[in-house]
Amino acid sequence: MLDGIKIIVLGLLTLLFGLAANAGLDAVFRFHMTLFMAFFGVWTILAIRSYGKKPAPSESSYMDGPIKAGVIATAFWGIAGFLVGDIIAWQLTFPELNLGLPWTSFGRLRPLHTSAVIFAFGGNALIATSLYIVQRTSAVRLWGGNAAWFVFWGYNLFIVMAATGYLLGVTQSKEYAEPEWVANIWLAVVWLTYLAIFLGTIVRRREPHIYVANWFFLAFIVTVTMLHVVNGLSIPVSPLASLSVPLFPGVQGAMVQWWYGHNAVGFFLTAGFLGMMYYFIPKQAERPVYSYKLSIIHFWAIIFLYIWAGPHHLHFTALPDWAQYLGMTFSVMLWMPSWGGMINGLMTLQGAWDKLRTDPVLRMLVISVGFYGMATFEGPMMSIRAVNSLSHYTDWTIGHVHSAALGWNGMITFGALYFLVPRLWNRERLYSLTLVSWHFWLATIGIVLYASSMWVTGIMEGLMWREVDEQGFLVNSFADTVAAKFPMYVVRAFGGMLFAGGAILMAYNLWMTVRAVPQQTRDTAAAVPAQ
Amino acid sequence: MSILSGHKKIETNAFLLLVLSFFVVTVGGIVQIVPLFYLDNVIEEVEGMRPYSPLELAGRQIYIREGCYVCHSQMIRPMRDEHERYGHYSLAAESMYDHPFQWGSKRTGPDLARVGGRYSDDWHIQHFRAPKELVPESIMPAYPWFETTPLNYDLIEQLLIAHRRAGVPYTDEMIRSARDDLILQWNPDSGDVDAFLERYPNAQVRNFTESTEVTELDAMLAYLQMLGTLVDFSTYEPDPTR
Repeated sequence: MLDGIKIIVLGLLTLLFGLAANAGLDAVFRFHMTLFMAFFGVWTILAIRSYGKKPAPSESSYMDGPIKAGVIATAFWGIAGFLVGDIIAWQLTFPELNLGLPWTSFGRLRPLHTSAVIFAFGGNALIATSLYIVQRTSAVRLWGGNAAWFVFWGYNLFIVMAATGYLLGVTQSKEYAEPEWVANIWLAVVWLTYLAIFLGTIVRRREPHIYVANWFFLAFIVTVTMLHVVNGLSIPVSPLASLSVPLFPGVQGAMVQWWYGHNAVGFFLTAGFLGMMYYFIPKQAERPVYSYKLSIIHFWAIIFLYIWAGPHHLHFTALPDWAQYLGMTFSVMLWMPSWGGMINGLMTLQGAWDKLRTDPVLRMLVISVGFYGMATFEGPMMSIRAVNSLSHYTDWTIGHVHSAALGWNGMITFGALYFLVPRLWNRERLYSLTLVSWHFWLATIGIVLYASSMWVTGIMEGLMWREVDEQGFLVNSFADTVAAKFPMYVVRAFGGMLFAGGAILMAYNLWMTVRAVPQQTRDTAAAVPAQ
Repeated sequence: MSILSGHKKIETNAFLLLVLSFFVVTVGGIVQIVPLFYLDNVIEEVEGMRPYSPLELAGRQIYIREGCYVCHSQMIRPMRDEHERYGHYSLAAESMYDHPFQWGSKRTGPDLARVGGRYSDDWHIQHFRAPKELVPESIMPAYPWFETTPLNYDLIEQLLIAHRRAGVPYTDEMIRSARDDLILQWNPDSGDVDAFLERYPNAQVRNFTESTEVTELDAMLAYLQMLGTLVDFSTYEPDPTR
C-alpha cells in the first residue's frame, strides 16, 4: 500500500517536472527541470523494481554505501575544483586564456571554482565523514534507511545545477551563495533530510554520551540550515524562470550576505571540519582526545562567537559603524576558541608524536591543524580595522582564504580519505605510503607558494594604491599595480598546480588501494561497538 | 568544575543539544541584522536616488550574470587615496534599490561605484571588445559578445514587479511602460523623452552603440554610465548621527 502511494507520488513528480521542462521560459530553467525529471524518473523506476520486495534485514551492520559514494564524489569534485582554480589563476596571469567566450570567462569560472571546492569537495566530505562517524560513535546503523542515498544524490544534483547555472549565466551574485532560487529550494529539502538522518541516528545511539565530534556536526548542520534559508530569501521573477530578485537591499543585504558568508566559513568549513578532526586524529594517533573540558568550552564559545564576525567583511563601507566594531571585536575574540580547538587537536598526539615520522596520513591530519591555527590567527588580525584598511580588496584576502582552505580543509579531508578508503572497501592497507608522502610534500609546497605570493601581491598592491607623492598626488595608476603583480601571479598558479597534482596522486593511490590491495582477512563487516 | 559536570545533561540529550546550539547561534545575527531594518540613521536621506530604469536594470542583470562583482567593487571607502582615485565615499542610500548589493569584496580591477561619465561610450565599446588595446596592463577578459547579442527583455515587466515586491518603489505607470521605456532610452525618437526623464531623472538617453536593435552592450552602457551619478555631492551634508 505505502509502496504503491510512493510510486504514484514519484511518478507524478516526474510528470510535473517534465511539464515544467516543457513550459520553462529560459534554457537553463528547462535544463534544470529536465534534470529533476530524470532524477525522479530513475527513482520511480527503482521504486517499481523493488515493489513488494521486503528490504534485506541489514540492521546488524553500518550503512556504508552512501559513504563510499561520498568518498568517490569528494575525490572527483576536489580534483575538478582544484583544476578550475588553477585554470583561473592562469587566466589572471595570461588573460588571453579567457578565450573570448562567455562560458570560459573568469567571472563565470570563479564561482564555479569556489562552489566546487567549498560545496562539492567540502560538502561531500562533510556528509560522508559525518555519516561515517555518527554510526561508529553511536554504535547504530543510520536512521532513515535509503534517505541517506537521497541526500547523496540530491546534494550532488544541487551541485550540478549550481555549476551549470554559473557557466550559463544564472547567478544571484552573492559570494558563496550564488545559486538561484530553484537550486536553493532543492538544497533546503536535501539539507533538512540530512539533519533528520543525523539527528535520528544520534537519538537511537547505544552509547550514553553524544561524542564530541557529533556536537560539532550537529551545530554545523543546524546553523547552515538557518544561514541558507535566511540569506536565500528571494522573489522569483516568474515561477517558470531561473531569475529571482533577492529580498534584502543594499546595506541590509550586505549584512545578511556576510553574516551568511563568514559563517559558511565558520560552520561549513570550521565547525563541520572540527568534527572530522575530533574523530580522525584520535583514531589515527590511537590516543584519546586531549581535554574533555576544553572541548566543552571551545565548542560553545566557537559557535556563539563565530556568528558575530560577518561585518569584518564590511569595514569602512556604508554599514553603520556600530555593526563594524561589533564584528571586529568578536572576530578578535574568536582567536581564543579557535586556538582551543587547535590545542585540543595537536595535544591529542601527546605520547604519540613519534608516529609523525612513520605515518604520513597522521602527518597530513596534524599539519591541517597547524594551518588551522595559522589561519585563525591571521583572520582575527585582518579583521582589525587598521589592518583591514590595507588588506581589504587585495590579494591578501585570497591568500588567507587559501592557506585555510587548502591547508586546513584540504589536508584534513585528504587524511580522512586515506583513513576511510581501506576501511570502507575492507582492504588491509593503503596501496602506497610513499605516494602519500609525495602528496603531502606537493600539497605543502603548493600552499606555501600560494600563500606567500599572495602576501607579497596583497601588501604590495595595498601600499601602491595608497602611495602619494610630496604634492599629495597618487603615485600609481591602477594599471601599474596590476602590472606589478605579474611575477607573483605566475608563482601562485604554479603553487596551485602542485596542489592539484598532489590530489591526482591521491586519487591514483586510492584507486589502486581498492584495485590491487588484498582484502582484510579479519571480518569487519559486522557491527563493532563504538570507537 | 560543577558547571562542566552539568554538561552531561546536554551531551546525553540530542534534542537539548540541538535546541541550545540553535539558540546560541541565533543571538549574533539578531543583534546585528534586525536593527538595520528599523534604525532611522542606517540609510541617510539624500536627493536624487531613484529606482533603475528598465534598460539600466537589464544592464545590471548582465553585470551580475558575467560575475563582474568578483573583480570590481562598488563601494568607495572614506580614505584619502580612494577619494582621489574614485571620488566621494559611497553612501548607504546609493545602494538602497540594489537587490542584491554589488559592493564586492575584491579589486582585481578598479572600483566602479562612480564610473558613470568617466569614459566615453566609444571607450567602453573598445574596452569590452579588447581591454588590452586601451590598457596594455589589463588582465580583464574581453566581452566581444556584448555588442553582437540582442538584449533579451521578455521578462522586463516581471523583473520590475519582483523588485517592487522586494520594496523598490516602482509605480504602476513605470511597470506599465517598462518595455516602451526600455526602447525609448535607447531610441529617443520612439516616444516622450520628457515624461521618461520625469520617471527616471538623470537617466542617459541615447543609442549608446549606434546599433540597429538593442544589444546587451547598450544595456551595459546605460547601467555603467549612470553608476554614481544620481546623488549631487555639492549639496550633500553627512548625517552626524551615523
